[in-house]
Amino acid sequence: MAVEALRLDGVTRRFGAVTALHGASLVVAPGEFVTLLGPSGCGKTTLLNLVAGFQTPDEGEIFLGGESVTRVPVWKRDIGMVFQSYALFPHMSVAENVAYGLRARGIGKAEAMDRVAEALRMVRLSGLEDRRPRQLSGGQQQRAALARALVIRPRILLLDEPFSALDRALRGGLQVEVREIQRAAGVATLFVTHDQHEALAMSDRIAVMCGGRIHQAGTPEEVYAHPADRFVAGFVGDATVLRGRLRGLMGTTAGIEVGQAVLEADATPLRGLSQGAPVDAFLRPETLSPGGPALLSGEVRSVVFQGGHVDVHLDCAEAAGGRAMARLAPMLASGLAAGRVLELAGPSCCAAFPAEEPA
Amino acid sequence: MRWWLRILVLLLLGFIAMPAIVACIVAFDARSILNFPPQAWSTRWFERALSYPDFRDGAWNSLLVMLSASVIATLLGAGAALTLEKLEFRGKRTLEALVMAPLVVPHFVVGLGFLTLFAQSGLPRGLPLLVLCHVVLVLPFVVRSVWISLKSLDGRLEDAALSLGAPPGRVLRQVTLPLLLPGLAGGWLFAAILSFTEFSASLFVSTQRTQTLPVAMYNYVREYADPSIAALSAIWIVTTMLLILAADRWLGLSRVLGTEVPGGR
Repeated sequence: MAVEALRLDGVTRRFGAVTALHGASLVVAPGEFVTLLGPSGCGKTTLLNLVAGFQTPDEGEIFLGGESVTRVPVWKRDIGMVFQSYALFPHMSVAENVAYGLRARGIGKAEAMDRVAEALRMVRLSGLEDRRPRQLSGGQQQRAALARALVIRPRILLLDEPFSALDRALRGGLQVEVREIQRAAGVATLFVTHDQHEALAMSDRIAVMCGGRIHQAGTPEEVYAHPADRFVAGFVGDATVLRGRLRGLMGTTAGIEVGQAVLEADATPLRGLSQGAPVDAFLRPETLSPGGPALLSGEVRSVVFQGGHVDVHLDCAEAAGGRAMARLAPMLASGLAAGRVLELAGPSCCAAFPAEEPA
Repeated sequence: MRWWLRILVLLLLGFIAMPAIVACIVAFDARSILNFPPQAWSTRWFERALSYPDFRDGAWNSLLVMLSASVIATLLGAGAALTLEKLEFRGKRTLEALVMAPLVVPHFVVGLGFLTLFAQSGLPRGLPLLVLCHVVLVLPFVVRSVWISLKSLDGRLEDAALSLGAPPGRVLRQVTLPLLLPGLAGGWLFAAILSFTEFSASLFVSTQRTQTLPVAMYNYVREYADPSIAALSAIWIVTTMLLILAADRWLGLSRVLGTEVPGGR
């Protein structure tokens, strides 16, 4: 068995003068669930279409299970794909939809029926074999599409924003379910989304993309706690950005002066900066708490109750854009109201990047 | 609905139905001159219409031409629509313009053109010429009908079939064409109706032997003014109505004509 389910080597795709993907390299291990996360137009869908074979790269190579498929047409790639609209064939029953890939492979009727039944059992659609796709709910349609993609035992499963057409209330449960089915099938998966919550909740690893490039690929914890650059820090999770100065670099650690406090940060993004250079410190709002020593303070503008937590927005001179946000437990936020001045203590370390504009 | 709007709608409906109603009434007039309203009643003009040899031959010719022309036009039109929608090639705009041209060129010009061409080249002016002429005339309607269905077809369905391992030919047979069926049926129906009622081009390219029913009717009224034409019209209207009712009952006319609301039912 190959050690890599999917490998992209420096894949570039251009549309006329626009480069949609710049030399992307990525590896997906067997059974691994990897998410391509980014805003629309970041190249994630192009990357997925290149892996599927709907498009051909201008440069670079694509390998599935160690075999180059760069010039192999879609229908010979052995991929399973779930589309945003599910793309279930409206003129076929659920069972016929699921059997389609088996029929195309010339698999005998008896075996095909067994495998269809098994796939439908796995996605909990047994008993709905004879329904038409339009007679299914959105969640059922999605599971039928998943069964159709998995029944052919693909080399890789491709999921193109499969939750975006569903009610928010349904999504959480289905995310857990899709992940469980994927794990049970043991199939390597490439998942495309613009929703950071989905990405953080579902992935073994996340590749954060912007402007046709993969900015960082790592576990959800790595991407969240140690973003590689300011785009990743700003796109994944919320951040309060404070203006500071570089105090110095010591090995892999940098010291950042923010007001009176000194925070530690990863030195890699700051290499080459001189002492005293302006930097931006990215703090996760849940790492801020009321009290001292005060890292920042400001007048509360709004208090937004979110159920499990409360988001407090304040005017803050030290913050980039003049605004800071703290995410507090409801108990700590009781009694807070607009107009009050709040002092917040911060963590001892943060992520820091060269300032975008002079402080 | 406001009362004046109701009256307006009724007037409009009456106005649309009036010619057909008048023709049907006149068909039962006993006198041998077209006149309205009739003074005495008879069904003898129906007997005459059904037994008159030119009408019988004309109806047979029209039926043959309609069936051949509509089937050929549907096949050609579907091919043209698929080519225009799926492929990028040089001269695509030209082909598009060419296929749609008969919409702006009057029918008698098309008829005149074919007549001149066949007369000059010495080719026989038989039924194939009529079929050819009708195919050209109805082609744009088929292309449009299929093209609209193609545009509303989710391209991801074809992508899904490809991703499941079906080569393009199989995808066309098992996914694209079955989903295009309503558009194809609608295009065929349009083509058949237009071909059966086509007159001005047929007048040019038909001969005494190959004249279609509308041409035979025209030749008849040039010589006689009796109500057998009205009787023929009445038969025509009732037959068409029955066919459309049947199509609606068994095929679902709204589906065939592609007027069904997407996602409805």
